[in-house]
Amino acid sequence: MFRYLVKRLLSAALTLIAVSVVSFLMFFALPRDPVTGMCPKNCNAERLERVRQELGLNDPKHEQYLGYLKGIFTGRDLGSSQGGRCDAPCLGYSYVNSEAVTDTFGRVLPVTLSVVIPAAVLWLLLGVGLGVVSALRRGTMLDGLSIGFSLTGASMQLYFVGAVLQIVFIYNLKILPVPHYTPLLENPVDWALGLVLAWWALAFLFSAIYARLSRAQMLETLSEDFIRTARAQGQPKSKVYGRHALRAAITPIVTIAGLDVGGALGGTVITETTFGIQGLGRTAVDAVRAGDLPTIMATVLISAAFIVVANIVVDLLYASIDPRVRLR
Amino acid sequence: MASGITLIVLMAVALAAPLVEAMYGIGPHEQFQYKLSSLGGIPLGYLGGISGEHWFGLEPGLGRDIFIRLVYGMRTSLFIALAAAVITTVIGVVAGTVAGYVGGKVDAVISWIIDFALAMPFLIVALAVVPTIALRFYGPREEIPGWFRVTVLIGVFAVFGWTGTARLVRGQVLSLREREFVEAARASGARLGHIVRHELLPNLWAPILVTFSLAVPSYVTGEAALSFLGIGMVEPTPDFGAMIFRSLSYLETDPAYMVFPGVTIFVLVLAYNLFGDRLRDALDPKSKR
Repeated sequence: MFRYLVKRLLSAALTLIAVSVVSFLMFFALPRDPVTGMCPKNCNAERLERVRQELGLNDPKHEQYLGYLKGIFTGRDLGSSQGGRCDAPCLGYSYVNSEAVTDTFGRVLPVTLSVVIPAAVLWLLLGVGLGVVSALRRGTMLDGLSIGFSLTGASMQLYFVGAVLQIVFIYNLKILPVPHYTPLLENPVDWALGLVLAWWALAFLFSAIYARLSRAQMLETLSEDFIRTARAQGQPKSKVYGRHALRAAITPIVTIAGLDVGGALGGTVITETTFGIQGLGRTAVDAVRAGDLPTIMATVLISAAFIVVANIVVDLLYASIDPRVRLR
Repeated sequence: MASGITLIVLMAVALAAPLVEAMYGIGPHEQFQYKLSSLGGIPLGYLGGISGEHWFGLEPGLGRDIFIRLVYGMRTSLFIALAAAVITTVIGVVAGTVAGYVGGKVDAVISWIIDFALAMPFLIVALAVVPTIALRFYGPREEIPGWFRVTVLIGVFAVFGWTGTARLVRGQVLSLREREFVEAARASGARLGHIVRHELLPNLWAPILVTFSLAVPSYVTGEAALSFLGIGMVEPTPDFGAMIFRSLSYLETDPAYMVFPGVTIFVLVLAYNLFGDRLRDALDPKSKR
């Protein structure tokens, strides 16, 4: 177990380093001149040259990269116009936002978390519940409805669902405010009211996928010998389905759920754009529009980190749910 | 069946877009400003200005015809999606076959590249890469031609999309490699090319066809998503994603503007998904209905 974990962490670190190298090369080596987008329109040649100096763009590429890495692990000193000392997880300084990239992220990360986590709870409960029920009631009208729901949901687009929800609940029924973010601790009711449409839009689309998947898994499990054995032993239905069948059926779903949540945490770009909520995804879009390289690069790194960590968590969860899996 | 007919109709409409334009009598860039309200530029009449002349109404603001823009938008979208699906399938099949058949170090390298590509968050990376590539070839103030944007989009999908097919093919080849008929061919001195073409591929075409047919709708939505975020196709090229993004500003005043492109892309993707599912059921003897 311990050896496995170390091995996994090492390979994750390797992947992240590869991601950082690739994105570094892409952003700082590929463009003709990385700074052109970085300062406002009235930039003169002198100011551009100063930015170039401070970012160390005139140094050899490998030194620039090592400096960036050093900043992440130990922090580093940036020029005075970049806010001076930049502490340990230093991801650089954004000229566009006039603050350290870590400060921007500290502000927008809670927003994305508030969008994704409740939505994920909703979509898992809804999707797995629907899938399991429709597998147990196979061939009934309920099953047909659930299949129709998952087919529709799998072909819908978030911007479409989100826009329809906004038209109905905000502009026609007028029972919800325009989507916005209020910190949870400040005003929990307002927090929920501002985000509830985004949760449901995400939950609708994702639960369609999960309903389909868990239905198929459950059907497969129900035809296994150990379920028949359990039934033959006279165990109550609730125990057979709830404990034996569900536990076996849910393992592959855990894998996909982990990756989906990991991916979503890295920025629900479309959701945030559709609902006009300023989270990690929207920050990435804005950074791209403004040519804000340090922020773009940090977003890529962070969202890759979420996926890689989610992968590890999934493997560990897998082992604890499914006793047949031995981690080596 | 219904999905197949819907697909054929939609693809025919997209393919014959100029013909549709000639019959419909309105071009994608014609503006009908006089049919908009002078305040706010909202189309006059019901449901976003639907009339016998403008079947799906007019765009608020510029007053262009929505129907003909959707026809052209579908053409761009399907062209990009089909091209990307063909390229990713070819790359995926080649990489998967090589990794599965040759094995050893080659397999290890290809598998690691696949894992690496899967760790890259697609939307964020695409968001970051597309403008960078454009900056490499064009200055920040230069006009970027449409064909260049199309090429970049197809390229981005190609770089990220091949991994799924490659994984699938690799797995299949790994098990096929050990089968008697492949061994027999090898024992009788068949070359690699012969084994791949005559022993492996004939057993692979069914899963490849299914992944291909399911890849197309995923690129349709991917293209729309990138355009929605403003890094795919841009004005004045007609495009689903760009249209829906514009419509977000009119949700309160002209909701019909959002509905038509939204429903069109939904129908297109649904038809492809249903078709792909049917194809899988028809080709895979193990899948149960």
